[in-house]
Amino acid sequence: MENQIFELQYAIDTFYFLVCGALVMWMAAGFSLLESGLVRSKNTVEILTKNIALYAVACIMYMATGYALMYDGGFFLQGIEAFDLGSVLADSAENGFDGSSVYSPASDFFFQVVFVATAMSIVSGAVAERMKLWSFLVFAMVLTGFIYPMEGSWTWGGKDVFGMFNLGDLGFSDFAGSGIVHLAGASAALAGVLLLGARKGKYGPDGHTIAIPGANLPLATLGTFILWMGWFGFNGGSVLKLADAANAHSVAMVFLNTNTAAAAGLVGAMLTARALFGKADLTMALNGALAGLVAITAEPSTPTALQASLFGLIAGIIVVFSIIGLDRLKIDDPVGAISVHGVIGLFGLMLVPVTNTGASFSGQWVGAATIFCWVFVTSLVIWFALKVTMGIRVSEEEEYEGLDIGECGMEAYPEFTSST
Amino acid sequence: MQLVTAIIKPFKLDDVRDALAEVGVSGITVTEVKGYGRQKGHTELYRGAEYTVDFLPKIKVETAVTDDLVERVVDAIIQAASTGKIGDGKVFVHKLEEVVRIRTGETGEDAI
Repeated sequence: MENQIFELQYAIDTFYFLVCGALVMWMAAGFSLLESGLVRSKNTVEILTKNIALYAVACIMYMATGYALMYDGGFFLQGIEAFDLGSVLADSAENGFDGSSVYSPASDFFFQVVFVATAMSIVSGAVAERMKLWSFLVFAMVLTGFIYPMEGSWTWGGKDVFGMFNLGDLGFSDFAGSGIVHLAGASAALAGVLLLGARKGKYGPDGHTIAIPGANLPLATLGTFILWMGWFGFNGGSVLKLADAANAHSVAMVFLNTNTAAAAGLVGAMLTARALFGKADLTMALNGALAGLVAITAEPSTPTALQASLFGLIAGIIVVFSIIGLDRLKIDDPVGAISVHGVIGLFGLMLVPVTNTGASFSGQWVGAATIFCWVFVTSLVIWFALKVTMGIRVSEEEEYEGLDIGECGMEAYPEFTSST
Repeated sequence: MQLVTAIIKPFKLDDVRDALAEVGVSGITVTEVKGYGRQKGHTELYRGAEYTVDFLPKIKVETAVTDDLVERVVDAIIQAASTGKIGDGKVFVHKLEEVVRIRTGETGEDAI
């Protein structure tokens, strides 16, 4: 009887990982829609191609090398297909019913790989409307196969940073990846944007910002809703176990806090935009919801619902000022990815010690600095290498004509075509 | 015969159509157009940054009328399309040399 309960627990926890992973996979759709909505229609095909291709690249690279570097899972997942009921039952008996979960390693890989894709999706929005497609995809290979897995191994993987220090021992905690996924993606994006420069026409000759309105706000809104939904898998799955009462409650609290923080973030950003610009700016409201989500991601299980709301609200306010601030610095980020995922990712990390006594502010700073320095510097090197070899920016003429024709040879909304 | 061309605010199209029907105009042609007048467009705000809308959306209404009807047609358009605010539009009247109804080959006022 006990063994059958353990088998059932294994089945439930594996199923829970798979469902949460599928929700996170769906976030790739959310990013695709959000980004295609916030760029001009002449760049629609290219940004969609980039998004779905980067997802595919991330899945292949993380399978080939990423999972091995991060969790010693073996190159090309060697041995992951083996199933041994005896060792499952032995592990379950050792951990006990309330202990760490025992689940299929294949479900673990699936849950991990979709996080890598999320990190890479963040980059694509920031460099939109001017980066060469193929250079971007080469960078995606390096980030998902090497850069991200390395910092992942120092955090969730528990390894020492080049044998120097251990982030876990210093009191670093990042529940679902405000730093490990979001700050990391934004750091890579920032390095790319700095080498790439602003879109033509974004800043006037006297330095003032000129708006380049997005083409399709229904898509951007739908994309945000999809991201919001996918985030339940992102944070909810990061509890890592469902099949006992305490963990089931924890998963439920994570869902609750994740949803609340997003709602408060949206309200915070909308009110801030109303106060600053005198109108309800939808795109800022969307960024606000995402800011609330990123902020709660570092620790969604310990805050109360009220604390989660406050965290989200503050994140929603900060993100508006951050977006305006980056524009003042002439860092052109068409979708606000660096603000939402980088600035708020850091903010989320710093919130962890407020409700989780297991984390320390010094540990969070060291962890954030380690992630940023590693990802930013390695990304800068790769982007620079690509710049001097393949080139990273399209020609001025192609940028004007739109990347759809230049990079993909087709339009999103063809007109005046003839089938004969 | 005269051709009356009016540039009006888009939301006034239904009012203008009704007013013209009342005067006895038998047909109109409507085009969605963009343009600017003395205000030279306007500015809008997106994510805290301004951008200029150089050309504003307008509706162009064209109708061919007989000489005796011109004055009433112009008055009807002005009355129906007026809001008293900037951007109400303009009416142009041009002489029309010939009109042909394609189906029957009728010409002149018979074709209007």
